[in-house]
Amino acid sequence: MEQFLQNLFGQNNILVYISMAVPPLIFMIAFALAAVYMERKVSAHMQDRLGPMLTGWHGVIQTVADIVKLLQKEDIIPAAADRKLFILAPFVTFIGSYAAYACIPFSSQYVGSSISLGLFFIIAISSLVSVGLLMAGWGSNNKYSLYGAIRSVAQIISYEIPTVLVILTIVILAGTIDLQAIVTAQGGWFWNWYIFGGPGGWEKLILLPLMLISFIIYYVTSLAETNRTPFDIPEAESELVAGYHTEYSGMRFAFFFLSEYANMFAVSAIAASLFFGGWQSPFGDSIPFLNTPVMQFAWFLLKGLFFIFVQMWLRWTLPRLRVDQLMYVCWKVLIPFAFVNLLAVALYVVLK
Amino acid sequence: MSPIKKYFHDIWLGLYTIYIGMKITFAHLFTKAVTIQYPDERLQLPERERNRLFVNMDDCIGCDQCARACPVNCIHLDTLKAVPGDIVGRTGVTSNGKKKALFVPTFTIDIGKCCYCQLCVFPCPTECIYMTDVFEFSEYKRENLIYEFTDMTTEQTAEKKAKLEVYTKEQDEKKAAAAKAAAEKKAADAKAGAAPKTAVPPKAPSAVTKAPAAVVEETLKDPKAPASVTKGAKISPVEHEAPKVDIDDKKKEEPNGSKQDNGS
Repeated sequence: MEQFLQNLFGQNNILVYISMAVPPLIFMIAFALAAVYMERKVSAHMQDRLGPMLTGWHGVIQTVADIVKLLQKEDIIPAAADRKLFILAPFVTFIGSYAAYACIPFSSQYVGSSISLGLFFIIAISSLVSVGLLMAGWGSNNKYSLYGAIRSVAQIISYEIPTVLVILTIVILAGTIDLQAIVTAQGGWFWNWYIFGGPGGWEKLILLPLMLISFIIYYVTSLAETNRTPFDIPEAESELVAGYHTEYSGMRFAFFFLSEYANMFAVSAIAASLFFGGWQSPFGDSIPFLNTPVMQFAWFLLKGLFFIFVQMWLRWTLPRLRVDQLMYVCWKVLIPFAFVNLLAVALYVVLK
Repeated sequence: MSPIKKYFHDIWLGLYTIYIGMKITFAHLFTKAVTIQYPDERLQLPERERNRLFVNMDDCIGCDQCARACPVNCIHLDTLKAVPGDIVGRTGVTSNGKKKALFVPTFTIDIGKCCYCQLCVFPCPTECIYMTDVFEFSEYKRENLIYEFTDMTTEQTAEKKAKLEVYTKEQDEKKAAAAKAAAEKKAADAKAGAAPKTAVPPKAPSAVTKAPAAVVEETLKDPKAPASVTKGAKISPVEHEAPKVDIDDKKKEEPNGSKQDNGS
């Protein structure tokens, strides 16, 4: 797609970059609307309720109505707030989430930026989110916000370690750090996905349990990084009102919300790309129609949405962890397992 | 359990319990929602639900018993006696054949005060005040919660009032005439007759008590008045208590409770 745009607008025309950057933004907004609706419906039905039913058929335009409401809201900046930080924080958070989309391959023909450091870039830039959260918490000048922000940042930073270790196992296996290349390597039937050990002969069966552990660790850490239940202590309603965005209203609040849902999709997309073949059709090229770029996008979306569904599913299943339990899970369970896993996979790759 | 064993056991337990929990929540995803979408679908109300009061003015005889029974005084009604020959309401009778002798120019229920005790419902001799199943009647102004049930316009009320005044005047004159005639007759008897005892003139109070009887006689004599109204005319002279005569006849009346109020 980038090549096509280069030819269309001329080499390195600014329009090329703009047209490359816009689709993820549109996707994010559309996705956030859909995901909020999905969240509400899934949670409602898991609690034997109906959820929004009045705005449109089964309440489908409920989130649009919510956004319209948020747009009209007064933008309140607390008198005692640190104005600059307070105003800037939602945008920093949003930039962090948005920039992560640059390297996510939506389809074989579209990836925002085909840099070869894709995964590294995603991990690095998504840490900007925690900076934004800390700015919001500090800038609000509110103890709940500050507590929420501190917890959030502590959580995200600790959980980045097992995440990176797990990603490293895949990188060792794939031999590349470019997400698009990792997805391309999983082509063919679904047993070529890394969750099933990636492409290879029968010897890859050794990898099956290792990959399962990797995936579970990645999934748990992704929940923690997006501050979702059971790791939602940064926004624990019962303890901290709403965490770092307590003082925010109107569109600034909407930006936090948008960024949160964008992050949810980003981690789900990475999970799908690393373990479940990203945009690859499960049937490979045996059914060519299912492997066209548009269908690839559909597969990608399907896999991403499935993981988001699981996130919601977990949210209504598990209670919130305590802070000490959170740290226990990270440092005493996930990191040792991730390390052993990494060593085992590295050993496999060396011996193969 | 050794610490190492416990460590792995805890991890296993954690994962296993998550699996159990997820199985339960997933099952709930497909169970039928318990939500009742209220304005569109409603629960069946209980049989004896007590909600908004309604008064069927076609049956109301203006006996005031509901107002007396009300513990919060939310019912207020005014009555006007009907002149003989006048028909109260459309037919002059209630649906169960009771004569109506009183016009009811105002019958208001302040439902904002109402405590839904239903005490007004039982004393009603004609069962014209009852609880409906309407429970949604919020208003923006408190005044709107004062319901007026009467179907009489102010002009009608004024007309009936004037009619009654004329009639009572007439009756008073007739009464006076009758009393005079009786007195004269008695005097004449006394003069003509025997025992001096009977010569005692009627005392002032007894004259009052006699008055109704006199009126009844008058009305009976009156050729214009229909039979039905004559009975009603009993009410006219002395007091309110009169309709109670009707009430006591009533078979279905709730025996106690409300009655003690009537004595007041």
